[in-house]
Amino acid sequence: MTAFLEIENLSAAIKGTPDRLLRSVSLHVNSGEVCGLVGESGAGKSMIGKAVLGILPSAVEIVEGQVRLDGEDLLAMPQRERRRLIGATAALIPQDPLTALNPSRRIGPQITDRLVDILGWTKHDARTRAAELLDEVHIENPQRVLASYPHELSGGMRQRVLIASAFAANPKLVIADEPTTALDVTVQKQILRLIREMQERHGTAMLFVTHDLGVVSKICQRLVVLFAGMVVEKAGVSDFYANPAHAYSKALLSATPKFTEPFTSLTPVDQTVISAVSEQVEAADREWRHAH
Amino acid sequence: MHTDASMFKVRGLELSLPDFANKQPFGRAPMVDILKGLDFDIETGSVLGIVGGSGSGKSTLGRTLVRLLEPTAGSIVFEGSDIGHLDETGLRPLRRRLQMIFQDPMSSLNPRRRVGAIIADPLRIHDLDRIDERVDEALDHVGLPRAFRARYPHELSGGQRQRVGIARAIAMRPDFILADEIVSGLDVSSQAQVLNLLENLVRELGLTLAFISHDLSVIRRLCSQVLVLNRGTIVEYAPVEQIFDAPKSEYTRELLDAIPLPDPDQPGW
Repeated sequence: MTAFLEIENLSAAIKGTPDRLLRSVSLHVNSGEVCGLVGESGAGKSMIGKAVLGILPSAVEIVEGQVRLDGEDLLAMPQRERRRLIGATAALIPQDPLTALNPSRRIGPQITDRLVDILGWTKHDARTRAAELLDEVHIENPQRVLASYPHELSGGMRQRVLIASAFAANPKLVIADEPTTALDVTVQKQILRLIREMQERHGTAMLFVTHDLGVVSKICQRLVVLFAGMVVEKAGVSDFYANPAHAYSKALLSATPKFTEPFTSLTPVDQTVISAVSEQVEAADREWRHAH
Repeated sequence: MHTDASMFKVRGLELSLPDFANKQPFGRAPMVDILKGLDFDIETGSVLGIVGGSGSGKSTLGRTLVRLLEPTAGSIVFEGSDIGHLDETGLRPLRRRLQMIFQDPMSSLNPRRRVGAIIADPLRIHDLDRIDERVDEALDHVGLPRAFRARYPHELSGGQRQRVGIARAIAMRPDFILADEIVSGLDVSSQAQVLNLLENLVRELGLTLAFISHDLSVIRRLCSQVLVLNRGTIVEYAPVEQIFDAPKSEYTRELLDAIPLPDPDQPGW
């Protein structure tokens, strides 16, 4: 296996301030593999996905580091070329299926636009492909759904549409940004299975962003734990759940509800763990400032 | 005088709403049945879990209980009197006693008001005395510093915002609180904090609570009775241990199996 996505020493900050949002993040995702990216709200999980796709908010700038897609350094490229490469090889499954779809357009063109505009397919081919894809994500009667508006579909159906649309152009890398957080548990299970099925069939490299360690254990082979924009642990999934190495990972794991264990009280992440890991972050910052 | 142990007695509760998605250009919209004849009790001092998938009617049921919606048929007996068809004037004295905590704390807190005012406003509307004291007490109860009175909602984290929502509800000293999916928008650590807080408040203040959730794993700790709802009917209504240890309905089992445990070897996945 080769690493399709490599992030090396990536730091990002709000423009004009010295405080980093991402702190020298390094991680990789191999082709055919799902890597989980886990952390609490505000840890910078989504920020990493956005940095890879080149859709960071305009107030955030990358101050150091490399993002390599198939060996090519994205940040060293001219913008046009970078956009073309990302558009042709990477895709996003967004979190909220309602806001990610345009409410005033039918589903069909929302899937085919990319194929026609970026990849130069004919409208006819794109439409055939869209119907195939909806079939692939187990939507009955694809023609009817292609002609529907987003509000006519349920949350689970909308998420299926977005998954189909992400896989439309046979991407080599898919970034899934909390794709099941807005869904209820039974639909979440179906959608997780579907994502796994599509990822395996297409041999895609996938970065799976989530705060839910239960979900990670179902879909990822490896995971990266993030705190305040800093990687605190990288591990294989079976090792991690058997024996998390970092105190923060342990705390996160014990905060995850397990209905099979009724009388263990839920333990929120302990304040001493937070201050220990915050000190680690500060030490890393001092070192970084010293080097620059 | 009301002496029964049940705070709520709900019998034959039905609710239908007009279905505007299938309305013809002229004439009335067809009606869809959301709740199809529900019977259950909520005992004083207990916590009832209401569980179901999206579209099962759990939020509609909650909103009918606190009479934000009027039932089509059936009765809701609250402390001995039927409140199912009271008008707004008749409901006014009940509004303070029946409080609600919402799912999304960002959209249920006025972004232009400070935390202190957000908690104090309902107290003023109901002409309560010692408002300042009550606001401070409420903040103490939910474990937020009193200085947070001066903050705006956007200055708080998700977990802190949800605490403000809880403080606003308990400051009214209600008899009953409806908590509608209040932790589903939070990450696991804040989720654990809010659940623990709620558990303590139930014990300390003797609250009666209905806790709506699509996720059974957060129900186990908190609730004594659980009502499982599917397509507007009760498929199971039992003590919490029975729901988890010996679920009777297929649907309950499906909901349990769908919960992703932090364990890569969980069977059924």
